[in-house]
Amino acid sequence: MAALATGGATPSDGATSFQRKVPASSRLAAIAGTRPSVRHGQLLLSSGLPSLDCVLGGGLAVGTLLLIEEDKYGIYSNLLFKYFLAEGIVCGHNLFVASAKEDPADILKELPAPLFDDVHKNQVDEKETAIKSKQESQESMKIAWRYQNLPKMEVSPAASARFGHYYDVSKTVSPELLKSIKWHRFFLPEEMSLHPEIKTCNMTCGYTRLLQSIQRIIYQEGFDGSYPQKKQKNILRIGIQSLGSVLWGDDICCTDNPEDIFSLTKFLYVLRGLLRMSLSACIITVPAHLIQNKAIMERVTNLSDTVVGLESFIGSERETNPLYKDYQGLIHVHQIPRLNSLICDVSGTKDLAFRLKRKQFTIENKKIINIATLINN
Amino acid sequence: LSNPPSSLSFLEGSLLIVFQGKLTLLRDTKTDGSFLVHHFLSFYLKAGCKVCFVALLQSFSHYNIIAQKLGVSLTAAKERGQLVFLEGLKSCFDVFFGEEQHVGQTNPLQFVSKDGSNLKTMYEFVRTSLMASGSDSWKCPVLLVDDLSVLLSLGVRPVDVLDFIHYCRVAVCSQLKGNIVVLVHSNDDSEDEENELVVNSLCHQSNLILWAEGLATGFCKDVHGQVKLAKAFSLLPMLP
Repeated sequence: MAALATGGATPSDGATSFQRKVPASSRLAAIAGTRPSVRHGQLLLSSGLPSLDCVLGGGLAVGTLLLIEEDKYGIYSNLLFKYFLAEGIVCGHNLFVASAKEDPADILKELPAPLFDDVHKNQVDEKETAIKSKQESQESMKIAWRYQNLPKMEVSPAASARFGHYYDVSKTVSPELLKSIKWHRFFLPEEMSLHPEIKTCNMTCGYTRLLQSIQRIIYQEGFDGSYPQKKQKNILRIGIQSLGSVLWGDDICCTDNPEDIFSLTKFLYVLRGLLRMSLSACIITVPAHLIQNKAIMERVTNLSDTVVGLESFIGSERETNPLYKDYQGLIHVHQIPRLNSLICDVSGTKDLAFRLKRKQFTIENKKIINIATLINN
Repeated sequence: LSNPPSSLSFLEGSLLIVFQGKLTLLRDTKTDGSFLVHHFLSFYLKAGCKVCFVALLQSFSHYNIIAQKLGVSLTAAKERGQLVFLEGLKSCFDVFFGEEQHVGQTNPLQFVSKDGSNLKTMYEFVRTSLMASGSDSWKCPVLLVDDLSVLLSLGVRPVDVLDFIHYCRVAVCSQLKGNIVVLVHSNDDSEDEENELVVNSLCHQSNLILWAEGLATGFCKDVHGQVKLAKAFSLLPMLP
């Protein structure tokens, strides 16, 4: 949610609270790559995957956290991570990329290239008629296909007024496109060598530094409304890779009895405060399958807004199951936020499988897949 | 009954007189029970009670937008001194990023950085917020907490959470004849033993439990779940 700080508020001023400074209407909707939600005016961003946007009720709300529980080898969660960042590039948003294992510059170089032309639409049209007949009642798929009818001749990314784009995973984004946006990096090994040890709030050192780094960027670049005179507002997309893993200095992934089970949840709580007070959105992947202490994941879920779990078929018996022949895995939507409203808008189905093609990552209803395969066989 | 400056019906007003000094537990399973929090917040504000809201999970504007849909302005309530709002996310931000001397000793969330489990400052905050001041004309004070399970995630031990509730009961329910309403999350197959400990203990202590449950058969768009009423108090008939 876009809650902007009142001008002149200082941390010591206990009486103020973050308040909406401008009406949530045309001013905010003018930010590239966002659109207001139909239900409650919440400002939404695309996750980079139009079919995931549908499942999440239109997109990701500004000021919220999307938590991805990694699949076993981290292949598809990493892909979702990249789609999110790639979408930021196409929309001209600012990026903040944090990792403990990969240099953020390398991550950016490997982002998928956006599709701007007609070629994609023609290929996809053939599939469209086949699938549409199987899923008359499947509203979400119709919405996904609707994007194909929007103007296709995108000359440059800055001119892209579309919400949600498609990407070619076999190609990487062009260096020119990368240069056109502003981005910030946090590479843990680099940060640890630059500064001496510090420990705040009894939190793992890596997490503390990451929070300070994020807060510094939000403040300096004015994402928290610190510079109301700045004419063009923009979004900060934050991506944090494999949080909770051993490389971050946390031991919750490698032992039954971790030394400190609160670091990760405290981190998420402080991050939540940062997100709510700024024009930002964050994606975090967590190797949940490695965390033995299930209570931690329950708490992590409660402290996140949107939680999606990925389960790939690689190495499982489903790989050879004819029912799932064309699909790579399942998507579990564990949680969707209820912001600014008493109820949440969410598509009725929670049984979803995903299919990855070179130019498209689609999410489909498992039950429909089963019925369709039975009919065909 | 003198004319209450609120939009409550006569029945609701009478309920308020009878139901004082009580602890109400809100719990949710497989669904989000925060709609109950929004209901109680607007109910008590409309009734003219002084409310201290310990809001740990969401921002002020979130609650304000929903409260407006329910007919109450939290901003106005704050301005006239009827609502004391503790925005947990903001206080935690101050503790984490603020200067040491500015934070001082009075930030209710300071346990996040200091010794990790002492909720005394938060208790003091609640007590001073709800203490009657001479010019106040508000009805019974109310402490509302959303939600208690977050404290466990921040490193507070279950025993300290329960101690905090106990101290608040003494101050708010016994001394000030007010009410406490607390939200906790729980799941049937939860592995969070600390949370279950707190929830079970509070179930035992509370006068009224409102339990919002998701449907056992799974998610449904139109019907989100059911609300069970447990341990209801006995109502004395209040008829003129």
